Amino acid sequence: MAEALLTVDGLTKRFGGIVATDHLDLAVNEGEVHALIGPNGAGKTTLIAQLSGFLRPDAGHILFDGHDITRLPAPARVHLGLARSFQITSVLREFSALDNVALAVQARQGHSFRFWAPARADRSLREPAMKALDSVGLADRADSAAADLSHGERRQLEVAMALASEPRLLLLDEPMAGMGLEESARMVSLLRSLKGRRTLLLVEHDMDAVFALADRITVLVYGRAIASGTPEEIRASAEVRQAYLGEASAVGAA
Amino acid sequence: MKDLLTALRTPRGIVVAALLVLLGVLPLLTQAFDQRYVLSIGTRVVIWSIAAMSLNLILGYGGLVSFGHAVFFGIGGYTVGILAHHDVFSGWIQWPLGLLVCALWAAAVGALSLRTRGLYFIMITLAFAQLVFYVGVGLEAYGGDDGLNIARRSVFSGLIDLRHRPTFYWLCYALLLATTFGLWRIVNSRFGMVLRGAKSNETRMLALGFPVFRYRLTAFVISGTLGGLSGLLLANHDAYISPSMMSWVKSGDLIVIVVLGGMGSLTGPIFGAIAFFVLEESLKPLIDLGRKGWGEYWQIVFGPLLILVALYARGGIDSLLGRPPRSGGGHG
Repeated sequence: MAEALLTVDGLTKRFGGIVATDHLDLAVNEGEVHALIGPNGAGKTTLIAQLSGFLRPDAGHILFDGHDITRLPAPARVHLGLARSFQITSVLREFSALDNVALAVQARQGHSFRFWAPARADRSLREPAMKALDSVGLADRADSAAADLSHGERRQLEVAMALASEPRLLLLDEPMAGMGLEESARMVSLLRSLKGRRTLLLVEHDMDAVFALADRITVLVYGRAIASGTPEEIRASAEVRQAYLGEASAVGAA
Repeated sequence: MKDLLTALRTPRGIVVAALLVLLGVLPLLTQAFDQRYVLSIGTRVVIWSIAAMSLNLILGYGGLVSFGHAVFFGIGGYTVGILAHHDVFSGWIQWPLGLLVCALWAAAVGALSLRTRGLYFIMITLAFAQLVFYVGVGLEAYGGDDGLNIARRSVFSGLIDLRHRPTFYWLCYALLLATTFGLWRIVNSRFGMVLRGAKSNETRMLALGFPVFRYRLTAFVISGTLGGLSGLLLANHDAYISPSMMSWVKSGDLIVIVVLGGMGSLTGPIFGAIAFFVLEESLKPLIDLGRKGWGEYWQIVFGPLLILVALYARGGIDSLLGRPPRSGGGHG
């Protein structure tokens, strides 16, 4: 466990009588693509919200790179190197795609108490932003308002923003949600190109994508991790099959 | 500067430039036609423009509906009035002190109110403004409800004589230009982008790593300080202060001016202030013509007009001048 970048220890979150996260233990190692799967309502998004600082857990600890970040506010976690994307696309709709990414770059560069120089003319913001847009294949849409992008393009924009903050750990909450086949394929190849360069914690329903990308998979059911291992181990586990993959194969996804 | 020159070639740029030139030569016109009263209205328009622009920074660019902005008229004004009452007329003391008190008050109110959202934010800013209003009412030594006459305008000995009306007007006008330029730089700076981004999508900005609260608080303080500046000017112009200058009606008027002119447009508040006062001054006598004494109720006409703007011209007067040059939560 020495090389774990992110360690979750006994994390618990209750909403009234419902235990969304139930004494969860999890370790994400530096450099790996770690997929988090589980049926609807397993608590995946709740977990991401706690990891990124948008929800306060009731008990347990989150360690990132040796720091206890359990009670750290979201922006401070980003500065430690923990970035997230959202399951439901969350971009600045009135801003251009390039502006969106440039803000991510700006956040990474430190405080923004600079009141005078025009930010849109700042090459130290625009150039890295353009590079990130290019890497997700959105360079030609740089000047379009985010609101005018297609759903798939907005998902790509989310990833570009997350990449531009140059995180050490990237939390991706269903990056393929609502995408067509072609768009999904493009996203998979984009994520594959990140493999080895970034540590990813990926929540995804698309089993083809998960098994194509993940180094390790953790299966979440009712807020508990019922299994964690390599894709082969997960595929072979009877418990997982019963709890989840069976259901998934029934709809033809596995 | 290149941006400024390109901006000047758009319809909006031409209208803004024409208005600013007109405002700039207003004292010459009013002197030529011997219309002292018009210069007084012009001065009010300019002062209210500064106040509305300061509100627009948090309302239009920050998305924070502060319903107590007139409190800065009051605090700025009372600083001048109270000091003058004790024979301290020096502008070098009155003005910095007035701005400082406004900045501190804005910091305190912002630190508390910015922890809330939506309706709660509106209510808290209103509550703090009402608090100061009633303090003003209770200040019997300074006239209480009736207010206080100011014996003379701020003195900047040797530099400028504010008793000369055109000079005072031009000072207000210069401060309006400076405010416009300063805010133009601020809303397009890194700081401005964060403020506007937080209006567009606060959760996203937090996830990007921006501690939104600090930036909003800073904007709140800048806004309050500028609001205080307009209060100093207003007290000097009226030579009178009273709690009514910071009543919630005045806060409402400021919001109306910003919405009417165009929220999140740099010069929208100037359009709004001009429209507001021109309509007031023209509707009153017009209605009086129809029936004597009804001019007081000019807002019976103004109200429906505002509803039309809210329904059909969301961007206010500013939106009638074509699309903003750049998208992104308002433009510069």
